[in-house]
Amino acid sequence: MKTQRRDFLKKTILGVGGLWIGFSEKTFGNFNGLNNTEGVLENNFLHISPENIITIWSPNPEIGQGIKTAFAVIVAEELDVDWEKVNVKQADLDTKKFERQLTGGSGAIKHSWERLRKAGASARYLLLEAASKKLNVPTSELKTIKGYVKHSSGKEFSYGELATLASEIKLPSNIPLKDKKDFKLIGSTIKSVDNNDVLTGKAIYGIDFKMPGMVYARLLRPKGFGQKLKTFDASEALKVSGVKEVFALGDKVAIIADSNFPLIKAAPLIKIEWSSPKELESDDAHNRIFTEIMQNGPFEVRRKDGDPEKAFKEASKVVEAEFQCPFLPHNPMEPMNFFADVSQNKARLVGPTQVPQAAQTQVSKLLNIPAENISVELTKMGGGFGRRLNNDYCLEAAELSAKINKPVKLLWTREDDMSGGIYRPAVRYKFRAALDKKGNITAYSLKGVGMNAGNATRQDNFPVGAVENVIVESADYKSDITTGPWRAPITNFLAYAEQAFLDEVAEAAGKDPIQMRLELLQKATNQPVGKITYEPKRFEEVIKTVAQRASWNRGKKGVFQGFSVYFSHNSYVAQIAEIEKVRKKAVLKKVYAVTDCGIVINQSGARNQVFGAIVDGMGHAMFGNLNFVNGEPMQKNYDTFRLIKYNEVPEIDAHFIDNGIDPTGLGEPALPPTGGALANAYYKATGKRLYKQPFVLEDQNFEEII
Amino acid sequence: MVDIRYEIKYLSIHYQPNMPEIKIKVNGKSHLVNVDLETPLLWVLRDNLELTGTKYGCGIAQCGACTVHIDGQAVRSCVLPVSSVQFSEIVTIEGLSENCSHPVQLAWDALDVPQCGYCQSGQIMTAAALMKNNPKASEDDITNTMQGNICRCGTYHRIKEAIDLAFKMSK
Repeated sequence: MKTQRRDFLKKTILGVGGLWIGFSEKTFGNFNGLNNTEGVLENNFLHISPENIITIWSPNPEIGQGIKTAFAVIVAEELDVDWEKVNVKQADLDTKKFERQLTGGSGAIKHSWERLRKAGASARYLLLEAASKKLNVPTSELKTIKGYVKHSSGKEFSYGELATLASEIKLPSNIPLKDKKDFKLIGSTIKSVDNNDVLTGKAIYGIDFKMPGMVYARLLRPKGFGQKLKTFDASEALKVSGVKEVFALGDKVAIIADSNFPLIKAAPLIKIEWSSPKELESDDAHNRIFTEIMQNGPFEVRRKDGDPEKAFKEASKVVEAEFQCPFLPHNPMEPMNFFADVSQNKARLVGPTQVPQAAQTQVSKLLNIPAENISVELTKMGGGFGRRLNNDYCLEAAELSAKINKPVKLLWTREDDMSGGIYRPAVRYKFRAALDKKGNITAYSLKGVGMNAGNATRQDNFPVGAVENVIVESADYKSDITTGPWRAPITNFLAYAEQAFLDEVAEAAGKDPIQMRLELLQKATNQPVGKITYEPKRFEEVIKTVAQRASWNRGKKGVFQGFSVYFSHNSYVAQIAEIEKVRKKAVLKKVYAVTDCGIVINQSGARNQVFGAIVDGMGHAMFGNLNFVNGEPMQKNYDTFRLIKYNEVPEIDAHFIDNGIDPTGLGEPALPPTGGALANAYYKATGKRLYKQPFVLEDQNFEEII
Repeated sequence: MVDIRYEIKYLSIHYQPNMPEIKIKVNGKSHLVNVDLETPLLWVLRDNLELTGTKYGCGIAQCGACTVHIDGQAVRSCVLPVSSVQFSEIVTIEGLSENCSHPVQLAWDALDVPQCGYCQSGQIMTAAALMKNNPKASEDDITNTMQGNICRCGTYHRIKEAIDLAFKMSK
């Protein structure tokens, strides 16, 4: 595709007598030197106007993780512009200009780091060359400062003045990038570029988008997972002002109205009969299934090192524990919604999705429309947390629009959203550790049984690699309850189970939990067992730093500390949670978090992610719960589903390791270690081990520490 | 055999009452809207008046995203029927200040509070009303007031700092 386009451009330019500007496919995109009647300098990521107005395009979907700002900062750094004057714009889906235009896996910065730098550096290079030509001086005598090229003689040009000339210069294949020590923007504290819009209510989220002539729609889905639509009677609902029509769409009942409120008012008036073609799921059934499978399998072996069976037989001591978590909804503050305008052979899609290209492909397949005729515009999003990696609601909007031949705005109410599935899977883990006489871990075993979890384990995660005999196995039960990735998929619960278990093992071994980790990491460094997917040195650094910051084991009076450390999404985070006894009452006071995510792009955004992930992890570990009766989730809104509140968060001390390593990710990594640190502190303070989430149901006294 | 799921379709040929007209005053301007009088103010603002700054989060006054000022008091507009506010002064986030100049907005910006930003209109409106009505608010007052606003992204620490800063700035 790229080659075809380049050849086409080549022909066009030479045809109009212009100069061909080559571009390296190994970089990021090309400069639009052809037909440059407007006198601009631009590539896929930036645009410089003759008046020196700098616009930077940020392609990845913004869910609150700060990527819109961070991406622009990287381009602006290499370009050397005045950040205060830069216009940052959200790019829509453009599969020709951008790669990996999605938000997930904390992977955006890692993937785009180099190409964003090159985008900015390339433009700067051309501008320097252009100034060099104009002044007839070598580029070594020139400097770029905040959107200007300056010569030692005092002469200067704005980028805008140089744009035309710059766009005609050939770009070499190798562009020098700034030295990290010269970074001015990267690593500083930068406010989100969307603040003004957000603070004044001007920001347009998916749910805010509207277009004249569109209709509003809502779909009523089966009450219980596994149920099907039997019959419905909408006669009363149709009397509600604003309701236009009601019809069946597969197993759902669609309401079409002229605004949102009729969708809410009319729904309970529709008498729907759902059929149950098979036994519906419940908590009791789930527990039975977990127990049955944990006992009898069948399991898939995900990793085996040495001879774990033998090691367990010969163990001096065996430590064993089971952990379990419920299904969880994502609950972004902005519920699911989407706009679709499908006409003859094209579609306009506008709304909140973390995977716009997938939306384009999936709608194309569903409606048999060529992908190139489907546009996807990215709105601001009120959170994602992985829910919007699934485009089910986008497909629903498209299907409705195609069916009724009108632009459709689909709304999921909070109840629709919370009971609509695509949950974090319910999982049960069984850990076993074998200890020798000296308290060394000679074998480690993990059995993970998930419900629609895929591989419920992460078989290469530390301490695997540091233990001679290991067996990690997973089993998956196909439930009717739908699931999807939830912030730090699998590790959002696995990490807690693992870190709480290791705490128990350390106690049985008579070792300090931090000391035990460091010993294991030494082994992984000197005598690794099988494949190692982590860097022990970086693990050690965050562990030692958090221990030092929290004065671990230095006898802080009345303070009970719990430790946890995790490597996920390419970043390392160590945490120590502190519970203090204040007049005999245990209170969760503070969490220390030390993060190694390589170079921090934006101190403000990064801190927001660490704080946010800890609050998120903590809140769900403590409170998050869904009960199922007849396949139906019993919690459908915030009167029964508890999200952590303003007055329930401890103090947080966040620190970043400054090591100059290329940046990795930060949307997820601070979440996994949170539950473990909290549970381990709780044990120190109360003597009670927590094996299930939510903690407030696992221990009736837990509530008191908040 | 008719496949019931695809064949049953009802059109609104039934009688629907004519939408009554109601006048409400929002951000200093009067508006005449035709709505079902039961419609919560939230939806009238968003769907009839194009004021989408006030957000829908739960619809049952549990999250605070829909907070507006009714005669100077912070109120959850998702459970407030429009008929009950026809004689009130309604202020939404869009009308809180000229050019984002309210101390709460300035503090929110200075400390870079928002992550996804969706809950922030509600947070700001709640904090602004508190500042106006209780300028000597204690930490407990602030906590008791703000704990009704949920932030799923977890920006609570910055919200607290920003409120402290806003109170300081307005002295």
